[in-house]
Amino acid sequence: MITGFLLRALEGKIIIAAAILVAIGLLVPALNLLMPPESALHIPTYIVSLLGKYLCYALLALALDLVWGYCGILSLGHGAFFALGGYAMGMYLMRQVGSRGVYGDPILPDFMVFLNWKELPWFWHGMDMFPLAMAMVLIVPGLLAFVFGWFAFRSRVNGVYLSIITQAMTYALLLAFFRNDMGFGGNNGLTDYKEIIGFNVQADGTRAVLFALSAIFLALCLIIASGIVRSKFGKVLVGVRDAESRVRFLGYRVENIKLFTFVVSAMMAGIAGALYVPQVGIINPGEFAPANSIEVVVWTAVGGRGTLIGPIIGAILVNVGKSYFTGAFPDLWLFALGGLFIFVTLFLPKGIVGTVQQYLARRKDFARAADSDGARTDVKTEPAPAAAE
Amino acid sequence: MLRFFLSTLLLMLSLAAPSMAQSDPTSLFNALGKADFKQAEDVIGQLAASADPRIVPALQAFGEGDLYVRKADGAVFIAKPAGADLALIDPVTGASAGEAPKSAVTKIKVNNTLRRAIRSALGGLTLLSPDRAVRLAAAQAVLQSPSAENLELVEAALAAETDKQVKARMEEARAVSVLASDRSVEEKRASIATVASLGGREAIGILMSVSANLDAGLKPDVDAAIAGIESKLLFWDMGQNIWYGLSLGSVLLLAAIGLAITFGVMGIINMAHGEMVMIGAYSTFMVQQVIRSHYPDLFDWSLAIALPVAFLVTGAVGLVIERGVIRFLYGRPLETLLATWGISLILQQTIRTIFGPTNQEVGNPSWMSGSFALGGLTITWNRLWIVLFSLTIFFALLALMKRSAFGLQMRAVTQNRRMASSMGIRTPWVDAFTFALGSGIAGIAGVALSQIDNVSPNLGQAYIIDSFMVVVFGGVGNLWGTFVGALSLGVLNKFLEPSVGAVLGKILVLVLIILFIQKRPRGLFALKGRAIEA
Repeated sequence: MITGFLLRALEGKIIIAAAILVAIGLLVPALNLLMPPESALHIPTYIVSLLGKYLCYALLALALDLVWGYCGILSLGHGAFFALGGYAMGMYLMRQVGSRGVYGDPILPDFMVFLNWKELPWFWHGMDMFPLAMAMVLIVPGLLAFVFGWFAFRSRVNGVYLSIITQAMTYALLLAFFRNDMGFGGNNGLTDYKEIIGFNVQADGTRAVLFALSAIFLALCLIIASGIVRSKFGKVLVGVRDAESRVRFLGYRVENIKLFTFVVSAMMAGIAGALYVPQVGIINPGEFAPANSIEVVVWTAVGGRGTLIGPIIGAILVNVGKSYFTGAFPDLWLFALGGLFIFVTLFLPKGIVGTVQQYLARRKDFARAADSDGARTDVKTEPAPAAAE
Repeated sequence: MLRFFLSTLLLMLSLAAPSMAQSDPTSLFNALGKADFKQAEDVIGQLAASADPRIVPALQAFGEGDLYVRKADGAVFIAKPAGADLALIDPVTGASAGEAPKSAVTKIKVNNTLRRAIRSALGGLTLLSPDRAVRLAAAQAVLQSPSAENLELVEAALAAETDKQVKARMEEARAVSVLASDRSVEEKRASIATVASLGGREAIGILMSVSANLDAGLKPDVDAAIAGIESKLLFWDMGQNIWYGLSLGSVLLLAAIGLAITFGVMGIINMAHGEMVMIGAYSTFMVQQVIRSHYPDLFDWSLAIALPVAFLVTGAVGLVIERGVIRFLYGRPLETLLATWGISLILQQTIRTIFGPTNQEVGNPSWMSGSFALGGLTITWNRLWIVLFSLTIFFALLALMKRSAFGLQMRAVTQNRRMASSMGIRTPWVDAFTFALGSGIAGIAGVALSQIDNVSPNLGQAYIIDSFMVVVFGGVGNLWGTFVGALSLGVLNKFLEPSVGAVLGKILVLVLIILFIQKRPRGLFALKGRAIEA
C-alpha cells in the first residue's frame, strides 16, 4: 500500500519538481560554502537565508493549497499554525541560549528574568530537548487544527463562515501572544538565539544546512501532498470541494475527510514555521496577524490553487517581488500587492500554473481534433487532461 | 484607657516645653522655628484652635515649604524669592519685613504628616470665610482629612451658615469630624448614617479610616454602612458597565452596519469595508480643514456638513469598486475576499501617500465635548451622541430596506436574481447602488468614529475583524441580527473587561463567537430557508 502510495505520488511532474527542489537544496549550500567569496558563482549567506525563507513560505502555501485547492476550505488562519510551529522551535532555541543570555540565567530565558519570573512555566519544561521540541512543532498546530476542525466540520460550518472564524482564531492568538503573562515573550517574541543542536545559528554552515533542510522538507511535503491527492482519498477530497452534499449523500463522512486534511495541512504549516524561525532569527506575535494569513492565500491564488506546484511558484514569485519592491520602491509595494490580488482574481482565477495547464491542454485538444478528422465525438468522450493535476 | 493616658502624657509633655506655652499667633509661629516634627504638629493644632483667619497665608506657605526662620533672632517669616535674596513677610500681619540673603535664614522643614495637619487646620480656618466658594472648599477639605480638632470650628461654622449647599457639605464634614472625636455613641451613630448617605468610594475610605478608633458597639453600624455603600456602588458600576457596553456596542454597530449590507445582504466579503470607514473619517478631516481655514464660525456644524460629504465620497468609491471589480465576481464569494483585500491595500496606501502615515487631528465640536452625571453614572456627550447616531442610522436603514421601492428591489435581487430580472428590475444597477449604499454608510460611520478614534490610514484595519464578527454573530442577511449582535458583544466585552482585563476579555469574546458559530452556524437570527449549498 505504501509503495502504491509512493508510486502514485511520484508520478509525472511531481518527481521532477521534487528532484529540482532537492538539487537546489544541495547546490545552493554548495555554492555558498565551497566557492570562494570572490567567485561569480558564490552565493552570499544572506541570500541563502533569504531563499530559505522563501522555501518556508512555499511550504506554507503548499499546506494551504492542500485544504483550499483540494478540499475547498479557505483557511484565513494558516499563519497561526505556521507561527505555532515557529514558537515551538523558538522555545527550543531559547532554552539553548542558557547562561549566555543578557541576564545570564542558566534556565530562564531573558524575558522571564526581566519580568521577574522565578521559575519556568510548565509548558516550557522539556523544550530544551530537541526531539520533544520537534514533536511539538507537529503536535501543537496539529492539535489546534484537530480541535478547531472537530468542532467546525462536525457542525458543518463552511464557506465564508469558516473563513471568518479561522480569521477570528488567528486574531485571538495574536492578541493572546501579545500578552506578557502568556509566557512567550509578549510583544518582542523570542529572539537572540545562539545555537541549534550544538551548532551556531549564525554560522554559514548552519545556515546552509537549514536551507538544505527547507528544500528537502518542501520536496517531502510535496510528495506527501501529491500522494494524498492522487490516492482514492484524494478523489473524494476533490469531490468534497466540488459538491460536498453529494459526497455526503454517497455515504462518506465528509467531516472526517476534512478534518484529516486540515490536520495534515496544519502540521505542514508548523514544519514551515519551525524551519523559518532559525533562518530569520526571530518569532513574534506579528506572525499571527490576519493580514499575513491572507497574504498566504494570495501566493496560493497567484501560483494556482488546485495544483501542487502552483503555490510553490506563487509563494516564491510574490516574495521575490516583495523583496525587490520593498527595497527599491517601498511606497509602491502595497499598490503592487493590492493590484496583484485584483488582477489574479479577475484575470487569472486558476493562477499561473492553472492557466498554463489549461492552455497546454487546449492545444493538445486541438492537435488531437486535427488528427482525427471529423471524429469529434471521440474527443469529447475522452476525459479532459486538464482535469488532472 | 491606655490611649487616654498616652495622649495626656503627650499633652503634658508638649505643655512642658517652654516655647509652646504661648498662645498668640506670632509667638506660636516663632515656636515652629525650634520645633521638631512632632512638636510642630502640636503647634499647628494650637494655631488652628486660635481660629484667627490672619494665619491662613502663613500656614499655606508652611505647607509649601516657604516658611523660614531667621538665624539671628529665631523669628519666623514667610519668604518669597526676590532676585538672589528672599523677601520676608510677617506671618501674622502679612506686612513686609524687608529682605534677607539666603544664608541668613533656614527653611522650616515639613513632612507629609505635617502637611496633612496643615491641610486640616486650613480647612477649619477657612470655614468662616465670607467667600462662599472658599467655605465650600474648606468643608470639602475637612471632609477629606477628618480630625477631632476641627469639630468645634465646623459646628460654629455650621450654626452661622446660611447657604444650603455649603450647609449640606458642612453637615457631612461635621459628621466626619464627629467620628474622629470622642463624642457620644449616639451622636457617632447618627454621623455614620450621614457619611453613608454621602455614598461613593470616598465615604468607604472615611469609614474605614475611622472605624479603627471607634467603640466596638459601633462596629456593626460601620460595617452595615460600608456594605450599603458598596452594594449601591456595585449597582452603579453595573449601570456604568452597561452604558460602556452600549457605547462600545453602538460603535460596533456603526462599523458593522455597512457590512451588514455589502456582506450580509449581497454576500460580498468586503475586506475593503474598514477602508470605507477610514475614508469617511478622512472626509471629516478634509471638511474640518476647509472650515477651519475659510469659515471658522461654522466649526460646530462641521460634522453635520461632513456627513453628506463622507456619504457621497465613500458611496462614489464604492460604486467604482463595484463596477470595476466586484461585478465580475458575483457567485464567487471567497474570491471577492481576495479582490477586496487587494482594494483595501491600495486604498490604505493611497491615503498614506496623500496624507502621510501619522494621525490627523480631527476636532470635537463644542456640543460633543464634556460630560454630565446621571446618578452615579458619568456620561460623556460624544459617547451619547454616537449611541443616538448609530440608532438613527440603523432605523433609517431599516426603513429604507423595508419601506422604500429601492429596498424592495434590493431584497428581490438578493433573494432571486433571475426572477427579479424577469420582472424588469435592472439588477446590475441595483447591485451597484446597494454596494454604494453599504459603502456610504461605512463612510458615515467614519465621521462618527473620527470623534473617538485616531484618524490614521490604519483606522479601518482596527474595525474590520470586529465588524465581521458582529455580522456573522448576528446572522447574515438580517439587520436586526447585526443590531442585537453589536450591542450584546459590546456589553459582553465590557462586563468581561473588569474581571479579566481588556485583552483577555477580547480573546474570550472571540473564542465565544467561534464556539457560538459551531452551535448556530448561521448566526443568531438565521434566515430560514430550504436551500442547501451545493
